[in-house]
Parts: sequence; C-alpha cells; structure tokens
Amino acid sequence: MDTRIVPLAPGRAAALESAYARAVAATRRRTILTLAAIAVLAVAAGFAAEVRPLVLAENIGNFTAYLGRILPHLTLGNLRGDLAEWYWGLPKWAALLGETLLMAYLGTLLGGLAAFLLCFGAAENLARTRAGRFLTRRALEFARTVPEIVFALLFVIAFGLGPMVGVMALAIHTAGALGKLFSEVVENIDMKPVEGLVASGATRVAAIRFAVLPQVASNFASYGLLRFEINVRGAGVMGFVGAGGIGQELLVAIRNFYYTDVSAILLMIVATVMLIDLGTERLRHHLIGLEHGR
Amino acid sequence: MSGGHTSRGHAVEVAALRARYPDAFRIAWPARLATVGVLLGLAGLTAFALWRLDVSAARILNGLGRLGAFAVLMLPPSAGGRFPDFLHALAETLGIAFLGTLTAALLAFPVAFLAARNVVPNPFVHFAVRRGLDVLRSVDVLIWALIWINVVGLGPFAGALAIACSDIGALGKLFSEAVETADRKAVEGVTAAGGGGLHRVRFGLVPAVLPVLGSQVLYFFESNTRSATIIGIVGAGGIGQYLTELIRVLELQQVSCLVLMILVTVAVIDAVSGRLRRALIGGEAR
Repeated sequence: MDTRIVPLAPGRAAALESAYARAVAATRRRTILTLAAIAVLAVAAGFAAEVRPLVLAENIGNFTAYLGRILPHLTLGNLRGDLAEWYWGLPKWAALLGETLLMAYLGTLLGGLAAFLLCFGAAENLARTRAGRFLTRRALEFARTVPEIVFALLFVIAFGLGPMVGVMALAIHTAGALGKLFSEVVENIDMKPVEGLVASGATRVAAIRFAVLPQVASNFASYGLLRFEINVRGAGVMGFVGAGGIGQELLVAIRNFYYTDVSAILLMIVATVMLIDLGTERLRHHLIGLEHGR
Repeated sequence: MSGGHTSRGHAVEVAALRARYPDAFRIAWPARLATVGVLLGLAGLTAFALWRLDVSAARILNGLGRLGAFAVLMLPPSAGGRFPDFLHALAETLGIAFLGTLTAALLAFPVAFLAARNVVPNPFVHFAVRRGLDVLRSVDVLIWALIWINVVGLGPFAGALAIACSDIGALGKLFSEAVETADRKAVEGVTAAGGGGLHRVRFGLVPAVLPVLGSQVLYFFESNTRSATIIGIVGAGGIGQYLTELIRVLELQQVSCLVLMILVTVAVIDAVSGRLRRALIGGEAR
C-alpha cells in the first residue's frame, strides 16, 4: 500500500499554520484575560475580607496546636477509663443529638408538606393563574434566600428559646428550597395522563392525585431525603443562636476552651452526619430503582 | 359515559368489567400495607418529635402575635444613617465568599484527581481521600468559623478560611465525580500517542472536565454568598455581624434594610453567575 505523504503547497501550509497560530493565540489571550480578572477580583476580595497572610503564617502553629489540644489523652493501659473521661457527658450529648435529629426530621417534614401544597401553584403547567404563580414563586424565593439561622434569630425573640424555634426556621427554609425543586419536577411530567383525567371530568385535586402524584412521588421523596441530610447539618448549629439541639453545647465548649469536649462533640456530629448521608443515599438509590423498575 | 347510562346500568357495566379483568381490580395488599405502615411510622415519629421538642399551639399563637408586631415595626426599611457601614459589610461578605470559594476550588482541584477511580487505581488511596473529604464536608461552616477564630482572631479572614475548609470537602467530591464520568476516549488517545500519566490528566481529562468544574465553582460561589451573610453570627465578619447585633437590640427597620440588601445582592450574584455558567456549558457544547 502506498503511504507516501504528499506535502502541501508552501502557500497553503503557511496559511494553515498562521490560522492555527491565530486560533491558539486567541484561546491563550482569553485564558490570560480570565485569569487576570480572577486575580484582580481575588486581590480586591482579599482587601475586603482583611486577609492577613502573615497572621495566618504566624498562627498556623496555633491551628495544629489547637488540633493537638482538642484530641483526647488516650492510653492503651487505661483505655476504658480514658474513654469514659473523654465522653463524660455522653448521656446528655446523646440526648441533645437525638433532639437535633428530631428537629431536622420535623423541619423537613413540615417544610416538605408546605412545599408539596405550594409546588403545584408554582409550576408552569399546573398553576391556575399567572398572578398566583408569580406570588407563590416570590414567596418560595424569599423563604429560601433568607438563611434559616436568620429566621431562627428573629423567632427566638418572638417565640422564646428552644428547639421549637429551630424546627420553624428549618421548616420555612426547607419549604422554599423544596418548593422550587418540586415545582421543577412537576413541570417536567408527562401531561397526557392529566389531560385524560381532565377530559373525563376529574377535579383538579383528583387529577393531581391520580395523574401527577404517581409520576412525581419518588422524586419528591428523594429530594426530601436530600434535604433531610442538609437539615441535620443545619440543625446542628441552630443551638448557636439558642434554637435548640447540640449546637449550644458545642458553642460553650469552643468558647470556654473545654478542649476535649470539642473533639468529643464534633466526632459525634461528624459520625452522625456521615451515617445519615450513607443511609439516605441507600434509600434514594432504592427509590430511584423503584421508579425505573415500574 | 355521559347521558345514556343510568347509575344501575353503570354498576352492571363495572361488574362486567370486574369479571372480565380481575387483575386490574385486585388490590395489591402487600404494597398497600407497606405504604400504610410507612405512613403510620412517620406519623408516630412526628407525634413523638412534637412532644419531645415541646411544640405547643399556645406558644405558636403567642409568638405569631409578636412576630406580626415585629413585621409592622420592620416597615419601612431604613438604614438609620449607617448605610455606608452596611455597604462595607456587604463588600466584606462578597470578599469572604469569593476568596473562600477560590481557595477551596484551587485546593480541591488536585485532590479530586486523587479521589477519582480512573486516575488513581489504588482503592486505598481514593477511599482515604474520599473519607477525608467527607469529614471536612460534614462539619458546618459556622463550626469551622468558630475554630478558625481561635487561630486568626475575630474578623472576615476567619470566615473566608471557614468557607474554604467546608467547601474543599464538597467541591472535592463533586470534582472527583466529574472526573470519573469524563469520556475515556480522549485519555485512550493520549495513551496511544505515547503520553504518560500526567499527560493523560493534562490533555485527556482536564480539558474535558474544566467547563463542568467551572460551572460548579460558580454555583458554589452563589451558595457561599448566602453562607457568608450568616458567618458574622459567630464573629467571623460580613453583614451577619450587623444582622445579629440589630436583631438582638430590636432595631427592626435596620434589620429589614439589611435583609433587603442581602436579597438584592443574592439575586444579582445569581443572575450574573447563571449567565456565566450558561456561557461555560454552552461553550462546551459547541
């Protein structure tokens, strides 16, 4: 087989090469411009955020020393005793952690219910009036843009200290976040079953129950579980503003330099969050599997 | 079905259908029992939670009255002559979000390749890296802020470091997933042309995943703008510091002004970064 390579005419080759060089130069210019813009922004942000690299460099030893100090003193000879000393507050902490989980659960459930009631009015394909849809969307946007801890700060003053406030704050934020996701799911459904039911005289509620719900239920549950995961983290810090859960205890430990308590509580939170993550991931895969199996 | 049939005729028709298609009318008891069981379980847990967290209707009603009074006191929003201070705090907030996200992205980028199964085949390495990222991720930003305040003192710098720490975990996980789902053909092409391990990453993977990564970073910048507004609650700088202070002393007109400023800023950032993200992903499709 003849594999001789025919060289291009010199003029053509030069034209191609210069076009290639121009294309490369254009990409390079764009990359450099982007990088320069990021660098300028970073410097400006550094000024705004009072970044002091020297302080960091000086005190980075503090960070490792801090980590060293919060670690418990465990010896192999007296492991049981050391562990008992490290986790001296276990019953109290476990109860508070349980309270945190219940807060996350109730907040997700109540917020999810509100989102469920509102999402059909916010979805383009099922909303009855444009004005209603607009208002519902803005309300959901407000609920998810204001951080839950800001709601908690306000509610603590109105309702008094305690986990109930944390639940309400989590619920409002959850309603906003899930309401948006739910309405997007509803917008992506197949409308034929809905049209069929409406044509045979079904009411709006019946159409949603029998034509929409079967299409969206597993997705809703999956998003709800994802939100539960996020809310467990959120509920963990609600105590910082007096809204219940384990956060209060952690805040006290960090502020008052009860070093080993910090690591004990942090370890409990991290372990719980990881377990919840794994559990909900399993459940969500199961739910998605159910949907594909159908 | 309308008109011609009496209700008696209708019943007969249904009975006939039932006789002809028994399967369609059979109630799936195991599935129904499972649903009822799950619902009962959830309801029980809800009742327990309501009792354990002392949620009481009386408290809610009382509180709602006070909340209504607050809402009236919030209007009209006014900065009370401190608008320049608020603007400065807002700039600080954006600075915290930007630097935190940038630092997290730069640090997560190399780590993500270590956590990706198709780059580092050693299962122990990517398992260890992934669990490490999980630990970083499962500690909340506010907790990181408290820890960094002990190291660099009160102020926005601690906030930026806190956001960077918790986001390395989240971005590292997302990045490594993007690397794992990247098209293998480019990598195989580089290998076939005699490229080594680093060449495979640089010319086979990086160009493919960069737009996805960029859009994820922008998305995190949006969400970090929200986080940075609250990080001041524990003293780590930004607009949250004013927010906490003013809520505590019930200067509610200024509070509503701050909330309004946050809402506008978040909306603007969302719009800008949404544009940029679409441009990035669109550039990819072309």
